[in-house]
Amino acid sequence: MAFTGSKAATGLSGRMAKLSPGKRLLIRISDLWAWLFLALMIAFFVVSVPVFSSASFVSVRNSQNILIAITPVVLLGLGQTFVIISAGIDLSVGWVMSLASVLSALAIRDSYNIGAPIWLAVILGLLAAIFGGGLVGFLNGTIIAKLKVPAFIVTLGSSFIVRGVALLMAENTTVIGLPDIRAYGNESLFYYVRGGGQYGGFYFFQKPDLPTDMLRQLDRILPWPVVLTAVVVGIVMFLLHRTQFGRHTYAIGGNPEAARRAGIPVDRRIIAIYALSAATAGIGGFLSTLQYTAGSAVIGDPLLLSSIAAVIIGGVSLFGGAGTVMGTVIGSLIIAVLTTGLVMLNVQAFWQFIVVGAVVIIAVLIDQSRELIVGNSRSGVTE
Amino acid sequence: MTEPVLSVRNLTKRFGGLTAVRNVSWDVFPGEVVALLGDNGAGKSTLIKCISGVHQAEEGEIYFEGKLTRFARPIDARSEGIETIYQDLALANNLDVPANIFLGREVKLRYFGGLIQTLNDRKMLDESARALDTLQIHFPTLTQPIESLSGGQRQAVAIARAVYWDARLMIMDEPTNNLGVPEQQKVLELIRRLRDQGVPVILITHTLPDVFAVADRLMVMHRGRKVTEKKVKETGVEELVQYMVGARDDFREPVAAAV
Repeated sequence: MAFTGSKAATGLSGRMAKLSPGKRLLIRISDLWAWLFLALMIAFFVVSVPVFSSASFVSVRNSQNILIAITPVVLLGLGQTFVIISAGIDLSVGWVMSLASVLSALAIRDSYNIGAPIWLAVILGLLAAIFGGGLVGFLNGTIIAKLKVPAFIVTLGSSFIVRGVALLMAENTTVIGLPDIRAYGNESLFYYVRGGGQYGGFYFFQKPDLPTDMLRQLDRILPWPVVLTAVVVGIVMFLLHRTQFGRHTYAIGGNPEAARRAGIPVDRRIIAIYALSAATAGIGGFLSTLQYTAGSAVIGDPLLLSSIAAVIIGGVSLFGGAGTVMGTVIGSLIIAVLTTGLVMLNVQAFWQFIVVGAVVIIAVLIDQSRELIVGNSRSGVTE
Repeated sequence: MTEPVLSVRNLTKRFGGLTAVRNVSWDVFPGEVVALLGDNGAGKSTLIKCISGVHQAEEGEIYFEGKLTRFARPIDARSEGIETIYQDLALANNLDVPANIFLGREVKLRYFGGLIQTLNDRKMLDESARALDTLQIHFPTLTQPIESLSGGQRQAVAIARAVYWDARLMIMDEPTNNLGVPEQQKVLELIRRLRDQGVPVILITHTLPDVFAVADRLMVMHRGRKVTEKKVKETGVEELVQYMVGARDDFREPVAAAV
């Protein structure tokens, strides 16, 4: 028996064969729209920024600034990608990031004060951030999976609790008195000195010793926070797309009952997903501590919604079951490029919010229109 | 006569004061398709759920492949080879065919002594293609989310999954519901093919034409009791309807007859 009869046209390709060329083009575009949108936006700013100011949008410095700006959003978004693919939501990541910033600052300060070398203090800070954050996620996931409380409620509640704990531990809003860790937070993998001459050229690892009047010619390429974030992106991408854990995350988001019947330990996976979400947020907190040489109990709060926006723009379905890590990175880039570009155009800051909000809604509309064009395949219609 | 694959002896299941299944005995033999018929509330679902481990009967025994069994959970029945395909199919529509066939039992590649494990998608794809091949199911591509497949095709994926994982008794709950006519024919053909490969099939259905199309034998339940068990060839639609509505009863108790 073949299910491939001419009447029973199969698969998306089968359905698409029946569509007009115009609609087919539309679907191809909607597959890649985030990339296209990013490219168009960059093109727009490349052309428009020089018109309104003396700066150029495409420069090493500006690209590095954008990369640094997106690291916290990407890190919060990475774990959130897993959570939303599993058809959940994690509203606690912003405050988990704050808590992790405080925890890592305390770990770095106190271990340094009792004699640990500075590199060890920094590693302890990273571990404190990952495990402190991860513990919150573990508790979130346990309550969601075992006690069947909706994720929205659990993570909303825990974000208040975490906020209180972070402020209590910071005793104020900021943990200060850290040793000099700027080398970890602000230095880079490469340096480039423009303009040639005695100092011109590339430097690896080692920051060149420049006279102060030449500092403007120094470009930092791939600052450490960006490198660490890229490593985390790589690990998470591997987890989601290449491992059983990732496959199960999609299955749980697509049909939790099917996952359960197939013998997948759904509860354990959900706990791991929320722990991962909080752990990546924790790394974000650690990086902010490095960058500011201080632990801030409020640093993550404004980033929660940006990170969810990045995930949505990147094509992760809020209904669960669909999305990619790369999409979330692109989504973060879109927000950062948009924000930076508008600033360079001297557009008032409020407009950034309005534009980002519009992009989020457009992203979801494009996703839905795709469903409409291809046909309502979710309901499982027959041919 | 050969040994039955499944043998149900004097099974009774009660829910509080309600007796959903009353003293039913039933055999299923290798290589046959047996239809289980009855009106809504006749007790067919409850009987099946007792066999597949969802419910536990109060009285009576179930023998599977000659062994007395007592499944505490559905997963226990499945690991013994009793596979139940419900109407909702238990597939993840956002995943492709191999991901569904291997759902929860993914094939992995191991690196560094198992420290790092990745999915062996190549192997799963090849095995899925072979599993579908043995059932002569052909899709143009296996690597698209199955939400783009038709209802019948997804039914085929669910069946192929069960066969691949060595189902030795297949229970199918209304498999042709919600399908168009051509697709119904294909699913029925698939059921015949299962039987030809020696996998007995229990077919729960309301659709009498399906029964005459594929089943070898049938059992009719009414109000929790078995009212007849026949070869399909020896009966007709009219007679079956009479059994289903309770107008006929081969095992009527004398007391009941007097009422």
